[in-house]
Amino acid sequence: MPLHVAVQTAPFDVGVQTARLSALSPLTGGIGLFVGQVRGGDGLVAMTLEHYPGMTEGILHALAQEAQARFDLTGCTVIHRVGRLEVGAGIVFVGASASHRAAALQATTFLIDRLKTGAPFWKREEYANGQAQWVDARETDEEAARAWLQQSPVP
Amino acid sequence: MADHVTVLFFAALREQVGLDSLSVAIPPHGLSVTALRHQIEGETPSIAAAFAEQPRLRVAINKTLGTFEQVVHPGDEVAFFPPMTGG
Repeated sequence: MPLHVAVQTAPFDVGVQTARLSALSPLTGGIGLFVGQVRGGDGLVAMTLEHYPGMTEGILHALAQEAQARFDLTGCTVIHRVGRLEVGAGIVFVGASASHRAAALQATTFLIDRLKTGAPFWKREEYANGQAQWVDARETDEEAARAWLQQSPVP
Repeated sequence: MADHVTVLFFAALREQVGLDSLSVAIPPHGLSVTALRHQIEGETPSIAAAFAEQPRLRVAINKTLGTFEQVVHPGDEVAFFPPMTGG
């Protein structure tokens, strides 16, 4: 299966996922990877990720398909975790394999930019002092997603 | 349910509303998302207060992002939520 999408509470194994992409096609010349993790600082201890079951998987799959067509990928993996995740824990794995590096790297950026504001996930931060707050969407993230939407797909 | 839509709330909105979901009776020919929102606000002032806390409310109809002008029909699933923050 060249496209692999999952929403899960369990951790992902970057090595296993990269090996899977690597073995998909003899035409693969490179793999682009992005791994997002819970950033600490200012007393943050954990984040809880909520999502909209059913819609999330559909959107991630559509994004993976769009990336595959747009960048001529040989494979693509998007794994997003949900539930409570402590500082340093992996949140998201995005991998794109292609014949050449430009497509692999661009597809990886495309996927993470688009899923940050386009897939129904929400983050709630938890602090050492007991306070909790929902993360506000960042204007820079929305701009990054819009920039991809305004670009015409690769011919 | 005939003549009802299922309304879902997520994240900060879900906490403010105090409910995950709600069944709302609507006209058989349907109504716009904006009209549905106004109907819910009229029926439940606490939800009106929660919506007022969300200046950038988003909507999904049957698990696809939608607009407030779109018409929903009995049997549809309508989800309201704040801007998404994944990744």
